[in-house]
Amino acid sequence: MSFFFNQLVIGIQLGSQYVMVALGLTLIFGILDISHFAHGHLYMIGAYLLYIVMVLGGINYWIALIICMAALAVGGVVVERLVYRPLRGQPHINTFIAAIGLILVLETLVRGIQPKALSVPKPIDTTLQFAGINMELQRLFVIIGAVVLIVLLQLFIKRTRLGTAIEAVAQDREGAALVGINVNRISALTFAIATALAAAAAVLMAPLAFVSPEMGSVLILKAFVIVVIGGLGSMKGAIVGGYLLGIIEAMAIAYISSAYKDVFAFAVLIIILAIRPTGLFRGRD
Amino acid sequence: MAGIVRLWKKFPSKYGKAGIIVLVLALAVVMPWITSKYNVRILTLAMAWAIAALSLNLILGYTGQASLAHGALMGIGAYAFGIFAERVGLNFWLALPIACLVTAFIGLLIGLPSLRTKGPYFAIVTLCFNVIVYKVFENWQWLSGGIQGQVVPQPSFLQQRWARYYFVLGCLLLTLIVMHFIVKSLLGLTFMSIRSNENLAEATGINTFRNKLLSFVVSCFFVGLAGSMLAIENGQLDPTITIHLNSFYILIFLLIGGAATLSGPLVGAIGLYWLLDYMKKIGIKGIEEFRYLFFGLILIIVIIYMPRGLVGGLKQLWEWMKSRLKRRKIGEVPE
Repeated sequence: MSFFFNQLVIGIQLGSQYVMVALGLTLIFGILDISHFAHGHLYMIGAYLLYIVMVLGGINYWIALIICMAALAVGGVVVERLVYRPLRGQPHINTFIAAIGLILVLETLVRGIQPKALSVPKPIDTTLQFAGINMELQRLFVIIGAVVLIVLLQLFIKRTRLGTAIEAVAQDREGAALVGINVNRISALTFAIATALAAAAAVLMAPLAFVSPEMGSVLILKAFVIVVIGGLGSMKGAIVGGYLLGIIEAMAIAYISSAYKDVFAFAVLIIILAIRPTGLFRGRD
Repeated sequence: MAGIVRLWKKFPSKYGKAGIIVLVLALAVVMPWITSKYNVRILTLAMAWAIAALSLNLILGYTGQASLAHGALMGIGAYAFGIFAERVGLNFWLALPIACLVTAFIGLLIGLPSLRTKGPYFAIVTLCFNVIVYKVFENWQWLSGGIQGQVVPQPSFLQQRWARYYFVLGCLLLTLIVMHFIVKSLLGLTFMSIRSNENLAEATGINTFRNKLLSFVVSCFFVGLAGSMLAIENGQLDPTITIHLNSFYILIFLLIGGAATLSGPLVGAIGLYWLLDYMKKIGIKGIEEFRYLFFGLILIIVIIYMPRGLVGGLKQLWEWMKSRLKRRKIGEVPE
């Protein structure tokens, strides 16, 4: 039974990572209507940035977390401005293809500079033991970090003027522009928030796994799976879907097969879309 | 000089087009004699990729559905050919069509669920299929031949490098001709109506799902052919041929060349494949590692500023110049 609970903890921790990435994606996909396929690669850049700041720069892990989030937020704004804004109003598939170009750029850049996988040391390297569950402290950090960020994001969207402006743009872009909301600035802000979330996920996850140039490509597909299952633009759907996928995956690895661990999510997506082509829940569409 | 210009103006563009086709064809035929053995091999591979780009053109360029499973399907075609020719021991002329049909059948299985979705969803679902296929080939040793890979036999008449070149050239021409007839037929118009406005097409009585599926399956047949060509030229297969990056490359070849034209995929695949190899060959440090970075940048710039690709852009420029010339003749635009 303790094996089951161990897997459950790993599942929740995997789910926390998925939720942080999927939340950003659902903000961009659902609110700005951009299929931002390079989101996972910005996550990868965040992990490398941590390596530079923390291992090469020798800066404390928690300060590095803030630096990475801030730097990636700026990176997200740049990406929005240079790649996606010129494509606004064009068919969806064009933004998707531009994102593929961005993926090639980012992945080749990193692979060209550092082809080997890197490992980042844990800030506090201890293992907790509780009622038969062995858990590395870093896993707990991931879980708690995700909860904190989710709550902060919810408070920001629901309780602040800027957050309400984001909601307004999501509901009706032209209407929002009419009442004086600067839509361009909201787009940039959404990208900044989403990318900072991805950076937080990358920084929290990096000590638990290797940092490699292709780490973002499977993750972004899973995030898309979550966004589609949870309903486009629905933050609640992304949270539920993310944790669910993490737990399903951890259980599937333990009880079915670990060689095919990346396949389960996609199989679930294909089955769901085959039955309901618009996704499980209706989002804000 | 003025005489040449006058002659050019009188020259109907129809003959001009035919002239260019004959010229390119003649160049393609004499190529093995005038260039090095290495270049012949590169051209053979490039033409195989051109077949793949042409097949994606049918479903993406003409029907408007961005399939990202074509890399996997190309790998399936290659493996199907290798397995039927080597392990089953079938005759070459039997194994080749069977490999294409197997790919088309797998395409049917993939298309049935995924074509119910639209736009970026379709791209994501097909990409998911691609990852699944790659994982299966990576893990199922019996199917992929494991680390040693799958040996592909070369029939006696394809032992020579130039023979393979002409064979792939022949297949490319066959693909082009079939695509030409599909595009010019009522079926092609049906596909294009789905691309322009799926709901409207549905309203005029077109069964959009069935037509999309047909387009996808035909496209898969030809990408299977492309995979078989790659298998024959390489003589050896490993699971990486099904990786999703190949889907991206086919997409890039098609889009930079020019989707929804027949010459675009040719120009894109052959030109870019040659350029990729050239960047690898010249051996300047930095260029080899970063060559896909340039490709990503080119893709972004093309999709923003020239969404119809190189050939589409040239066509647009040509039309614009022609209209300028005409108007100047009538005297409407005195500048």
